Amino acid sequence: MEILILLLALFVLSLFLGVELITKVPPTLHTPLMSGTNAVSGITLVGALLAAGSETSPMLVNVLGFLAVTFATINVIGGYLVTNRMLSMFKRK
Amino acid sequence: MSSSIVNLVYLFAGVLFILGIKGLTKPSTAVRGNMLSAIGMLVAVVITLLNSEVVNFTYIIAGVLFGGAVGAFMALRIQMTSMPQMVALLNGFGGGASLTIASAEYFSVLNVEAQSFADLLAPVALDANAFGLGAEGQVTLVSIGLTILIGAVTLTGSLVAFAKLQGLIKKNFGLPGGPVGNALLFIGALAALVCIVINPSQAVTVLALVALALLLGLFLVLPIGGADMPVVIALLNSYSGLAAALAGFILGNTVLIVAGSLVGTSGLILTKIMCVAMNRSLGNVLFGKMAATGEVVDADEIYAGKVTSAQPDEVAMMLEVAKRVVIVPGYGMAMAQAQHAVRELADSIESRGIEVEYGIHPVAGRMPGHMNVLLAEAEVPYDKLVEMDRINPTFEETDVVIVIGANDVTNPMAREAEGSPIYGMPILNVDKARNVVVIKRSLSPGFAGLPNPLFAMDHTLMVYGDGKKAVVEMTTALNQN
Repeated sequence: MEILILLLALFVLSLFLGVELITKVPPTLHTPLMSGTNAVSGITLVGALLAAGSETSPMLVNVLGFLAVTFATINVIGGYLVTNRMLSMFKRK
Repeated sequence: MSSSIVNLVYLFAGVLFILGIKGLTKPSTAVRGNMLSAIGMLVAVVITLLNSEVVNFTYIIAGVLFGGAVGAFMALRIQMTSMPQMVALLNGFGGGASLTIASAEYFSVLNVEAQSFADLLAPVALDANAFGLGAEGQVTLVSIGLTILIGAVTLTGSLVAFAKLQGLIKKNFGLPGGPVGNALLFIGALAALVCIVINPSQAVTVLALVALALLLGLFLVLPIGGADMPVVIALLNSYSGLAAALAGFILGNTVLIVAGSLVGTSGLILTKIMCVAMNRSLGNVLFGKMAATGEVVDADEIYAGKVTSAQPDEVAMMLEVAKRVVIVPGYGMAMAQAQHAVRELADSIESRGIEVEYGIHPVAGRMPGHMNVLLAEAEVPYDKLVEMDRINPTFEETDVVIVIGANDVTNPMAREAEGSPIYGMPILNVDKARNVVVIKRSLSPGFAGLPNPLFAMDHTLMVYGDGKKAVVEMTTALNQN
């Protein structure tokens, strides 16, 4: 239970940090912000690796893990690459 | 490797994510920010692979290779005009990942070696304590249920948003009863969630939750279309982050919680900005019909005999004698792929010593910042793209405004016609400029279904035709003089 409270504290503080950070992003970067944060949400890859890589679990778990790894990797690779592509176009003359 | 070291490395990754998003607050530091964030991801993944719980690499390698190839292909091939579709798809995969992780977590505790579907549904002896002792088990089960619910809604909702933006689904339709049908689906999903927490031994309740949530995502987005898409995409973005944070609670994983909640707030803030820019509540966007209220305005009455049309070369003559020109782009510019042609026109005007700026409405296009990305692609410097609040006071000193592919965001009825469906929506006050040129195929209404009195004003010229062709002709005429 102690750990849960700590996780909850982390969650709530991160939400406040998020508000402080995101409100400072200018509208001109809102699309890269969406694709960039999307890549960050691909952090689920960490959870996916744990599910796909466990030994003792039934077949169904490994299959779900494989799907999770695939989805999350698309998110991570696709998200960072497309964000990088967009951001490198934002140049000052 | 000890779990303390793993958690310290996760903390480091979390800090890199925060610094990465901080980098996005300025265009000059944004590329580096994105890199930092990507390094954070790499660090988190590598330390997870070194974890002793990960022993079976077959599925991991297969998933990473396949997902990486698909992701890289999409990211490198997508056209900038199709960016809303791309972001919608990425949101969907994020939701799908959380959905499958939560399901995998449940079934690994259930631990049934199922040969058939019937095996899976056979009752097993299992209570909440299998997911953690006492209250912890219940919290884990609630997290699993909520992750499945939000992940599944994000998955199908985003796929529908993608299909609509891509033009694969053209009609907007919902369940019979509209919001009531969706409410029933939602209540059903919550009921399944409660059943899971009370008695986690029945796999059928988990499957029911997955099915109901998938349907809910489908029917939440199917009725919404067109200019409301920026809100939907921002909201789904938020959901994909929330689902990741909840998955963090299932696994007790700190970096998932930090990263997920940052993404969740980002999406929510963008959703709010979009709603404010349309002067509508979130509920109204999700469940309301835009043109359902207000008196019917007769388009013929507004336009009859008052609309003046012009040819591109006449506009070029007007531009020659201007001192300040503002270009207002909308979704039509994206549709016509006219961003490069617009930049060339602006270059030509500027080469005569005339000031050119771009007025960007927050909901122009189909996602937040859509116009900025398109114009950045055409190498327009970002400091020439001016937000609504800063450009509006300058229209009175502007000689010519060129509106290309925008409609509702320039409609003066939003300011003046009380009772109109768009009354109160902040608009670009282009009608205050000395001359207005509107490039448009016809007088057909925009997404709000309203006629635009701007088109009938004395100082407004309509240039009918394809946006790109009209702009190119203006540039040619201007260069000849």
